[in-house]
Amino acid sequence: MAPIVRVNDLRKRYASGFEALKGVTLDIEEGEILALLGPNGAGKTTLISTVCGITTPTAGTVTVGGHDIQRDYRAARSLIGLVPQELSLEAFETVMNAVRFSRGLFGKPRNDALIEDLLKQLGLFDKKDSKIMALSGGMKRRVLIAKALAHEPRVLFLDEPTAGVDVELRKDMWKVVDNLRKTGVTIILTTHYIEEAEAMADRVAVIDKGQIMLVQDKAELMRHMGRKQLRIHLAEPVAEVPFALADYQLDLATDGASLIYTYDTRAERTGITALLNELQRAGLQMRDIETQESSLEEIFVGLVKGDAA
Amino acid sequence: MNIEAIRAIYMFEMARFFRTYRQSLLAPVISTSLYFVVFGAAIGSQINQVEGVAYGAFIVPGLIMLSVMTQSTSNASFGIYFPKFTGSIYELLSAPVNFLEATVGYVGAAATKSLIIGLIILATSFAFVDVSIAHPLAMVAFLLLTCLSFALLGFIIGIWAGNFEQLQLIPMLIITPLVFLGGSFYSTTMLPPFWQAVTLLNPVHYLISGFRWAFYEQADVPVGISLLAIAAFTGACLAAIAWIFRTGWRIRS
Ligand SMILES: Nc1ncnc2c1ncn2[C@@H]1O[C@H](COP(=O)(O)OP(=O)(O)OP(=O)(O)O)[C@@H](O)[C@H]1O
Ligand SMILES: [Mg+2]
Repeated sequence: MAPIVRVNDLRKRYASGFEALKGVTLDIEEGEILALLGPNGAGKTTLISTVCGITTPTAGTVTVGGHDIQRDYRAARSLIGLVPQELSLEAFETVMNAVRFSRGLFGKPRNDALIEDLLKQLGLFDKKDSKIMALSGGMKRRVLIAKALAHEPRVLFLDEPTAGVDVELRKDMWKVVDNLRKTGVTIILTTHYIEEAEAMADRVAVIDKGQIMLVQDKAELMRHMGRKQLRIHLAEPVAEVPFALADYQLDLATDGASLIYTYDTRAERTGITALLNELQRAGLQMRDIETQESSLEEIFVGLVKGDAA
Repeated sequence: MNIEAIRAIYMFEMARFFRTYRQSLLAPVISTSLYFVVFGAAIGSQINQVEGVAYGAFIVPGLIMLSVMTQSTSNASFGIYFPKFTGSIYELLSAPVNFLEATVGYVGAAATKSLIIGLIILATSFAFVDVSIAHPLAMVAFLLLTCLSFALLGFIIGIWAGNFEQLQLIPMLIITPLVFLGGSFYSTTMLPPFWQAVTLLNPVHYLISGFRWAFYEQADVPVGISLLAIAAFTGACLAAIAWIFRTGWRIRS
């Protein structure tokens, strides 16, 4: 099946002369959850705004569901829901009216049953007649999600949906996103919380300085770039790494009580068995061993730093 | 045509109006009543008649015009400026809505509000003075066109404005003086010839003159010219709005 969103060599230069997108190419498959990661100012919001029609591209093309976002903007935009990064809402309106407005704006006939159902799913139903200004920040974020979903979009952009949201609410939000995925909605989310991408995404795209650094299947990314560490706790501390183990490039913990072996999960042989044998031969007693997988965060920091170097 | 979008914008804007109906409706009624007391009773007792019409009644069309023009402008400018200010305009920009639909929704609502206010002021004036309407249809047509064209102007101001001061600048600095100098409280034929000529450059003058003609069949300029003037003004505003939406001026970065 053709990708539902195709971004092709997209460039955006703001009036200030700053080029926020420097030729972004990205395909998004129908039904997937793509996490867009990148440091502040990387161009995440600019990319989303351009796809959604809030900013005009300087060059390049974007299609959504096969419709060009400029030539065929009605068809393209009808498919898209957007939850912006900022809590931009009309404070004096009630939740119900605000969500109803969104549905109408996208050309859908009024359907209060559908909206009430949506509010229930988002835990907003008892707030439906409250004024938006009386809601907490997390609740406002949910109103934005309800507004974005009111016209039953097939592609949902979530620009930092969990910024400034506590752990509890964040988990709730993940559940909401997971339910959405089950209905077949394609989701693109930006986040600074790596754990979020790890928990939710099928694929991860990393953007930095207006360029896509990498797009990869999340599991594959972890597998390919993931390094594991084997930590060997010794019964007796040692002053230095025994000479016989020099080949393994072990690190000695500062207290001398454990040795750390870093290995690549990609490698055909990890060398663990050999190392353990050598340890025994060297007469070192092991108290415990543990392994640690590197997180997406480490991978990500490595990538962005690597670029700066 | 995205009819649902027009309806949504229109209803949303009207809800804003009715939510604050006390300020929206009461304020213009009170200020108009004050004008009647000051101009009609106090000054009017000295002036007596203008072109055969009692002074109190003579100022009714001008008063309505003053309110309708300022209300249309401020309602429409606020309606589009506020989402820009809060950032909620992202939704309009990302919706499958074209310039015509957005304009019809916002401007239509602003024009409706000022029309309601205009009619209320007219009703109030019956309580103070003897008002007669010689050409009711023409009166309504002039009123409608004025509401519409000034709402269009307000829409442009709202898009242009970068802060709240600018939002109020044009209505205060331009519209109010033009209305006062456009013969709302006097006939321009009472002015010396030089100032009569200057008044011909004031577009508002044509509207007030035409509107007053619909009441008392007394006009400073021919009615046809009044109609032409307001049509030209409306057309210019529409062209400006079409250009704004095409280029994304001040709304789309
Ligand atoms: N309207 C604008 N005019 C000029 N420059 C802009 C504009 N909007 C954004 N930028 C610049 O473009 C770059 C990318 O901004 P963008 O908001 O897309 O980053 P982001 O990845 O979303 O960052 P964050 O994680 O902080 O939300 C930044 O350097 C920003 O300063
Ligand atoms: Mg951002």
